[in-house]
Amino acid sequence: MSRHIVRFLRRGRLVERRGFAPTETLLEHLRLRERALGTKEGCAEGDCGACTVAIGRLQSGRLAYEPVNACIQLLGAIDGTEVVTVDDLAEPGGRLHPVQRALVDAHASQCGFCTPGFVMSLFTLYHAGVRADRAIVNDWLAGNLCRCTGYRPIADAALACCSGEADDAYAKRAAETARRLAALAEGEDDLFTGNEDAFFAAPSTEDGLAALAARFPDATIVAGATDVGLWITKQLRELPRIVHTGRVASLHEIREEDDRVEIGAAATYAEAEPALRALDPDIGEMLRRLGSKQVRAAGTVGGNIANGSPIGDSPPVLIALGATIELRLRDTRRTLPLEDFFLDYGRQDRAPGEILTRIVVPRPGPAEHFRCYKVSKRYDQDISALLGAFRLRIERGRVAEACIAYGGMAATPKRARNAERAATGLRLDEPAAWPAAADALADDFSPIDDHRASAAYRMRVARSLLAKALAEIAGRPSAETRVAGMRERAAA
Amino acid sequence: MKSSAPITNSTITDRPGLDPGASVGLALAHDSAARHVQGSAAYVDDLPEPAGTLHVAPGSAGAARGPIRSMDLDAVRASPGVAAVLTAADIPGENDCSPAFGDDPILAAGEILFHGQVVFAVVAATRDAARRAARRARIEVAARPPRVTVDDGLADGAEVMPPYEFRRGAPEAAIAAAPHRLDGRVRIGGQEHFYLEGQAALAVPGEDDEMRVHSSTQHPSEVQHLVARMLGAPDAAVVCECRRMGGGFGGKESQAAQWACLAALAARVTGRPAKVRLDRDDDMAMTGKRHDFRVDWRCGFDGGGVLTGVDADLDARCGCSADLSPGVNDRAMFHADNAYYYPAARIRSRRVRTDTVSNTAFRGFGGPQGMLVAERMMDAAAITLGLDPLRVRKRNLYGPGRDVTPYGMRVGEHVVPRLVRELERTSGYAARRRAIARFNARGGTLRRGIALTPVKFGISFTLRELNQAGALVHVFTDGSVQVNHGGTEMGQGLHVKVAQVVAEEFGIGVDQVRITATRTDKVPNAPPTAASSGSDLNGMAAHRAARTIRRRLAALAARLFQVREAEVGFAGGRVRVGAETISFGELARLAFTERVSLSSTGYYATPKVSWDRDTASGRPFLYFAGGAACSEVAVDTETGEMRVERVDVLHDAGRSLNPAIDMGQIEGGFVQGMGWLTTEELVFDETGRLLTHAPSTYKIPTCSDVPADFRVALFEPGRNREPTIHRSKAVGEPPLMLALSVFSAITHALASLSPGRVPPLDAPATPEAILRAADAMRAEA
Repeated sequence: MSRHIVRFLRRGRLVERRGFAPTETLLEHLRLRERALGTKEGCAEGDCGACTVAIGRLQSGRLAYEPVNACIQLLGAIDGTEVVTVDDLAEPGGRLHPVQRALVDAHASQCGFCTPGFVMSLFTLYHAGVRADRAIVNDWLAGNLCRCTGYRPIADAALACCSGEADDAYAKRAAETARRLAALAEGEDDLFTGNEDAFFAAPSTEDGLAALAARFPDATIVAGATDVGLWITKQLRELPRIVHTGRVASLHEIREEDDRVEIGAAATYAEAEPALRALDPDIGEMLRRLGSKQVRAAGTVGGNIANGSPIGDSPPVLIALGATIELRLRDTRRTLPLEDFFLDYGRQDRAPGEILTRIVVPRPGPAEHFRCYKVSKRYDQDISALLGAFRLRIERGRVAEACIAYGGMAATPKRARNAERAATGLRLDEPAAWPAAADALADDFSPIDDHRASAAYRMRVARSLLAKALAEIAGRPSAETRVAGMRERAAA
Repeated sequence: MKSSAPITNSTITDRPGLDPGASVGLALAHDSAARHVQGSAAYVDDLPEPAGTLHVAPGSAGAARGPIRSMDLDAVRASPGVAAVLTAADIPGENDCSPAFGDDPILAAGEILFHGQVVFAVVAATRDAARRAARRARIEVAARPPRVTVDDGLADGAEVMPPYEFRRGAPEAAIAAAPHRLDGRVRIGGQEHFYLEGQAALAVPGEDDEMRVHSSTQHPSEVQHLVARMLGAPDAAVVCECRRMGGGFGGKESQAAQWACLAALAARVTGRPAKVRLDRDDDMAMTGKRHDFRVDWRCGFDGGGVLTGVDADLDARCGCSADLSPGVNDRAMFHADNAYYYPAARIRSRRVRTDTVSNTAFRGFGGPQGMLVAERMMDAAAITLGLDPLRVRKRNLYGPGRDVTPYGMRVGEHVVPRLVRELERTSGYAARRRAIARFNARGGTLRRGIALTPVKFGISFTLRELNQAGALVHVFTDGSVQVNHGGTEMGQGLHVKVAQVVAEEFGIGVDQVRITATRTDKVPNAPPTAASSGSDLNGMAAHRAARTIRRRLAALAARLFQVREAEVGFAGGRVRVGAETISFGELARLAFTERVSLSSTGYYATPKVSWDRDTASGRPFLYFAGGAACSEVAVDTETGEMRVERVDVLHDAGRSLNPAIDMGQIEGGFVQGMGWLTTEELVFDETGRLLTHAPSTYKIPTCSDVPADFRVALFEPGRNREPTIHRSKAVGEPPLMLALSVFSAITHALASLSPGRVPPLDAPATPEAILRAADAMRAEA
């Protein structure tokens, strides 16, 4: 039995929407339909954070708020959640929320246009149950751009109000909100709004998803819409049929086994982060710099693979780790090494109607050393110029086996087979021999010039990263090899 | 007198020593702060839309240069929801939105001048419908290869304005005779404003030819005039209003007008209200930016690094029209000395025409580019001589007897040397420099650098006629006050500062003073809010208006209570009249009863400024604002990645009108300047298309780029020698250039790769630019 209405909580009331365009965004709903005008559009591509709103969901039975960019969040995808915007926080009579009060007291707004987004990002930090420090604040606000203040007062406001103890109207009614969200989820059904020509559909089971995708092989399969959202807002593409993966609970599952981690294809980066971070501190740092809090709350590991981007940050890392993926067409499942999924620019080994269901990531073995480095113009929330990932098995001071993958160096994330061969056998105490191995990268890649970097820079730095990985694995502390993202600090 | 604790960014306080009841000098919050955090501060797109409002989207051709061969807009007109499609032929008056030179068509007239230029505009029921329709045009352009870079333009001899030159003494001879000579070329990138609120305007047609335009603009008067001229109506038929902008930074000084004109044209053609709100990508492609420069410099200096002569060619990419380029390039020349005395100098500027979007005002207005050249020369001289660049900088600072600029103006007061000395001490510069030298001597991949650089920035518009302002003050019979002035609020806190000035004058609380939206029918013919002049000009005009009313009230009180006027005082919301006191409201009520006007205009024209451009002489600035910054960086010389690890700033805001607001300008300006010099890179392809047209590809600083160790202090003895409003100093632009310390610190780090050689670092110092310079150093070594 399908439900034809999208339902969510707003200001303590149930909102029901039906008959909306499948590509309607949450921001359009807020600004054009509700005329709730506090939430601003700054870029319409999920980069500036001015449109940040808080989405309340049940996580392990408890209410948790996450920040998302309303500009590229599909309205249908917020079904079953609570939506909180900047318009809602002050109490009737004008008493400011603690986050708002702290921002005013710290002189943290100037032009004020980005401020609603900062308020809502900090609202989610306020409710996150952590005592904020500057590193946490930096990370939490990486998806909110401010052009006026220089951020210092905003960070100070965050430190002043985000103590880990939430004491606001939302905390007081958290149990009630949780109960109402649980009631919405009761008797989980498939969501299907529209008709066969134009619909937003969100099945609740993997079987349902596989069946629907197979039935409408031209439908756009959407997870977090952090990429597809731009097709809508920037390319103005007509996407009449949308199949959303987010309501399939089994595809959100993360399984941590002794020898591997299994990630459901619909698991968001936020959901997958703890398990992936545990594989290696560098992966934690890569994920911290991947998109922003908002992007990681919506975007999925699976989506980042399925969209086939040549510059996605996690695919080269997962390839270097030897990850495999599981695909499903109707009832037929197959698995293949992740590296084989990427055929060419914009082309993947996925049949029409086939869906990605699972990513299996082997844990590095005891003699294996892992490193990855993201290089971009800006540290946070930037797309990589290139990313290098290295898994080296070391035996008796030599590289016994190398698995090396790069992003940003080719039309797809790709292994550096020649460099792997050249690196095999290198001695960690003979750095003079390393450059010759790096020479092999020229046989693996012919990168391009673009606005992120020149081909020459990419090749030059690809070599540097290999040398850096070898130096660190040979024992150099990362404080001597990096200006940011120290391993020792992350591991502590 | 005992010195009180300085005001720093960790302890922002009222200015010490204020009288009780004072308003000026209080560290008050921005007047809209509570509305900002609640999302209830309205920007243009948040205003209630009058019934029937239509939406306008611009359309362009996919080419950079050449005549339009054909334009097929049938599919656009047939698109769902479309009410009208506007082209140049629909414009009843003049097709121009330029600030002065008549060379910026609102809609392309037969010829494409740059990639992204607006050729037509769609008016539709929804913004979405307008945007979709705009993509259905078929425009054929007889495209010619565009001139994209400064080099392309120079090769073609293309200029938007003739070259200009300052000359003092015989620099060629001085350089030739100098014990040491250096020369170099540096490329300095442009900068996108990235105001968070994109360009927006809402036009509402009135009776006959009347039009009311809500515009996100720094220059409502110019928008009014350009809309009127476009409509073929008198200025008096048009009102432009701006409550606030979501950031401006110069990007809405001249270039807000085009969107207001399009909204007004749509409103005129359809007879319905019409709104334009640019999509971010359109905004970035269609509006101008900070000028990028190519600078060739030569200098001579003695064994101590003291300059004897400077010769610099500043070649700027102006884009396809003049816009504000004459002023921008003049200001680059005015600041090619930064804070240093050039005994002999030739500063030459070429204003290069390219087939790209017309570059425009951006915080600093050419000053930052000029000053970067001065700092490059300081670094180069010091590195070549093996000296500490700070020593070389200090030796070259303006001082008594060495105080005439290359344009003949005397530097009247010497605050900068004090700022530099004090910051050198408080930042621990010397010890940190020694520690860095030890670190770098170990020879690893990572290198560190530190630099302490000064800022001296001229305050006044160099176009004399803009140095004037008006204000309108009303006192109501309940004692509340309304203030209107010609300045606009873009986040810089101008309105709260002006409210403080007026409250101080009436001796009432700031909460009794309400600043209303800037409107051309309240204060006409105002200059743009630009050149850091907002509070200098409008604060003074409002002060005079309030003073006029206060004098009337004092005279009235003296007459009614039979005391001398000197015995009437205004403080704490009360008026003291001899031995008695009444409330300010009661006196206002009495004034009404006694038929005394409670309203006044105020007018201010900056004194002393003059500039004869033909002879390059005079006094273009009323005074100089100053500051100093010390930055420390770490650089990965194998990837080019860089972190700013600590920043110390000491800045002179004079007698601060509002220390909290001034601190915000200093910190925000620094970070914006740091972005310009590091991560913010504009990339055009050879077809003239901007590739970095959204925040996904154009990277302004984020929270983590700002060092956690960021120490900013206001210069406590600061006081303007000139009689500015309450002896304050302008603070909008100068702090941006404090970020030159970051660029010089990176230079210092790279210099360690090959001591004695000058790193060929260009701006912005992206990882790629840093690595390129590092590799060049190693190749030379």
